[in-house]
Amino acid sequence: MSGNYITSEKGLWSWMKTLDHKRIGVMYLFTILTFFLIGGLFAVAIRIQLAHLGKNIVTADQYNKLFTYHGAIMVFLVVIPAIPAALGNFALPLLVGAKDVAFPRLNLFSYYLYIIGALVACSSLLVGGADTGWTFYTPYALKTGVATLYVVAGAFIAGFSSVLTGLNFIVTINKLRAPGLTAFRLPLFCWSIYATSIIQVLATPVLAITLLLLIMERVMKIGVFDASLGGDPVLFQHFFWFYSHPAVYIMILPAMGIISEIVPVFSRKPIFGYKAIAYSSLGIAAISFLVWGHHMFVSGQSKLANFVFSLLTMLVAVPTGIKVFSWVATMYKGSIRFQAPMLYAFGFLELFTIGGLTGIYCATIAIDVHLTDTYFIVAHFHYVMVGGTLMGLLAGMHYWFPKMTGRMYSEVAAFWAWLFIVVGFNLTFFPQFILGSQGMPRRYYDYPAKFTYLNRMSSFGTSLVSIGFFMVAIYLIYAIKKGKIAPSNPWNGLTLEWQTTSPPPTENFEQTPVVKDWFYEYRSKA
Amino acid sequence: MWNKFLASTLPAQGSALAAKWDTLYWFLTAISVFFFFLIVGGMIYFAIKYRHKKGTPETTTYITGHHKLEAVWITIPTILVLVIFAWGYKLYVNMIEAPENAYEIHVQAEKWVWEFHYKNGRKTIGDLFVPLNKPVKLIMTSEDVIHSFFVPDFRVKQDVVPGMYTSVWFQAEAPGKHEIFCAEYCGTSHSGMLGQVIVLDDAKWADFEQGKEIAQSDKPVSMQDQGAELFRKRSCAACHSLDGTRRVGPTLKGLFNADVPLADGTTVKADENYLRESIEVPTAKIVQGFAPSMPSYKGQLTDAEMTALLTYLKSLK
Repeated sequence: MSGNYITSEKGLWSWMKTLDHKRIGVMYLFTILTFFLIGGLFAVAIRIQLAHLGKNIVTADQYNKLFTYHGAIMVFLVVIPAIPAALGNFALPLLVGAKDVAFPRLNLFSYYLYIIGALVACSSLLVGGADTGWTFYTPYALKTGVATLYVVAGAFIAGFSSVLTGLNFIVTINKLRAPGLTAFRLPLFCWSIYATSIIQVLATPVLAITLLLLIMERVMKIGVFDASLGGDPVLFQHFFWFYSHPAVYIMILPAMGIISEIVPVFSRKPIFGYKAIAYSSLGIAAISFLVWGHHMFVSGQSKLANFVFSLLTMLVAVPTGIKVFSWVATMYKGSIRFQAPMLYAFGFLELFTIGGLTGIYCATIAIDVHLTDTYFIVAHFHYVMVGGTLMGLLAGMHYWFPKMTGRMYSEVAAFWAWLFIVVGFNLTFFPQFILGSQGMPRRYYDYPAKFTYLNRMSSFGTSLVSIGFFMVAIYLIYAIKKGKIAPSNPWNGLTLEWQTTSPPPTENFEQTPVVKDWFYEYRSKA
Repeated sequence: MWNKFLASTLPAQGSALAAKWDTLYWFLTAISVFFFFLIVGGMIYFAIKYRHKKGTPETTTYITGHHKLEAVWITIPTILVLVIFAWGYKLYVNMIEAPENAYEIHVQAEKWVWEFHYKNGRKTIGDLFVPLNKPVKLIMTSEDVIHSFFVPDFRVKQDVVPGMYTSVWFQAEAPGKHEIFCAEYCGTSHSGMLGQVIVLDDAKWADFEQGKEIAQSDKPVSMQDQGAELFRKRSCAACHSLDGTRRVGPTLKGLFNADVPLADGTTVKADENYLRESIEVPTAKIVQGFAPSMPSYKGQLTDAEMTALLTYLKSLK
């Protein structure tokens, strides 16, 4: 074999038909980042519209489409697949010392399902554009334009990609681990991907059924969710959140896994409380199936249901707290480096802590009654999904970039971009907590004048975030072409991917690695 | 000064519930601020104290966990969230269980207006009249899609769902006006589906119940301004723009005395009688290219109000 997985074969076709998990991971990453750019531009348009009272750049109907596509693209095409499909595909087999995932062909098929789903969803723009919001609530979604059907069908198809990827990872972790790699020696990223995969396999089919029912109701007029056909509109919300709440953990668990890898490496210390972190991933995955009703405290759901959902939701705070405290404790008496992956881990901790703590407001029923469907919720889930997942993704991208490309990026550029993103993010979303507390509802095209000042602050923050992201794009693209050649192990990591060359050969390792210890054996040489 | 700033981050306290809600909110905020500084402060402190200094040997301590410490950070948060849960649930029960003697008002939501039906047969659009210091229970349903009835000053919100009744109650303690928002996305004019709760003292409430007009202000207001106020209160702008843009209904810009093409191919001159007819019986003459979706306002405007509204419409050049 000549060279590494990038140079082993040439040409676009060699990528399109590849079965190599690393190439598929890179293709996912490239595609997902493209959709991130599109979804991000929609967000910028939303914030420009909201920067001043009244009509600025779009009409109310166009605005409703903007937030629908921003939400649907970011959730279904970016945040859900971002870490598992892109970084998971690239890193997981390396981390367990395998040559590839268990089912390489299925892996490539999953990628194409994702692409087809994305194209079907985007083709809705050609038939007028959907305006339901990413949640497709009935009966609105049954009565509005036909474009909704395309987005729903796209999410349905992309969902199968998610199920099959999850299945692939479960089998890979169960069957393809290197000799000596016992369950409790697994890197914590693998534990979190395992927990995520279980949710993907079990919860996504429910979304598929729900979306199928929605399509059947619109096309064949069978009464499921439409009151005028004898259906129940609130039933849709139950079905939808039965998937979409666990999906929140599909988004955040892999990010937590990345943070669990990065903090020990850049502190030169073993992870604090390995087993507690591993079990807390499974704990979060288990509870995630039982809390969907907290999205529906004011939907007309019974008092008893609200009691149970609020109580169970509160319990999520406990395993989440374990993780956060353990990461901070890992830094105690370490030798901490301020390189890009660690900077993003700091960013994650700051933003996710705010996202997590404000989650307690939302879980407290009486408090949620006032805050739900306001900008408080918008701020909360952006702190969790962007502050959590996206920071995790950026941390992981910077961490594995040398392994992926064989090049190093500029730490100075990375620092400035990070500063713009973190400061800009807080400036964008923190004011929204106050807006929501003051009562500004979400999905508002226009707002009473008293909300102007904070909205303007939020829009200004968006411009800083945008500058930060463009900086990341520029220095990473530059690094791919002109960056310094990366060594095999630039961060002195102990996990298996650092024991092979950068970039790795197609078969990952020259010889199957044998694992003799866990991967957090940082003992001071002094 | 500090207190004033904090209070400004929440809406005014308009109901008996609001003060209790605010207490729990600030309790949560205090806990959140504490844990934020504990976690992020700890992170920054460790990051600075244990930063790697160039040229010095790497000295770290091999620590893999600490069971007692872990027990502490499992136990304390568990107790705290259970306390918060119980407090929140108790307040919630208070929020949803209306007193037996609550005054009932029926609410009908449709794109993009709120209609209120009172026991004495009165009906108002956009303005919800309620008595001061008396419990009021709203029984709500929707004509089309899901809406959500939200009064920030009262800290209450309830989805309004087609095909079923939902209810919400409150006791207004601050006289005056309180905004109503629609909080569940309902299409084009979602953000224009506004209204206000108007809290009346005993004397005015008695007048309202007897069907008398409620004077909003003692100062004389021009006919045109009265019309503009009605236009806003009845959420007309949800469907009709003033700047020429097309919404669900035709724009009202320069409408007066213009020739309007109708769906049946004829043309009509938009004089006072046409405008009045279109408000009272919207289906009588449908404008070409638009669906007949406007509700009838017959009997909802007094003659004086109708005249004020027409004066305003005539002013829209």
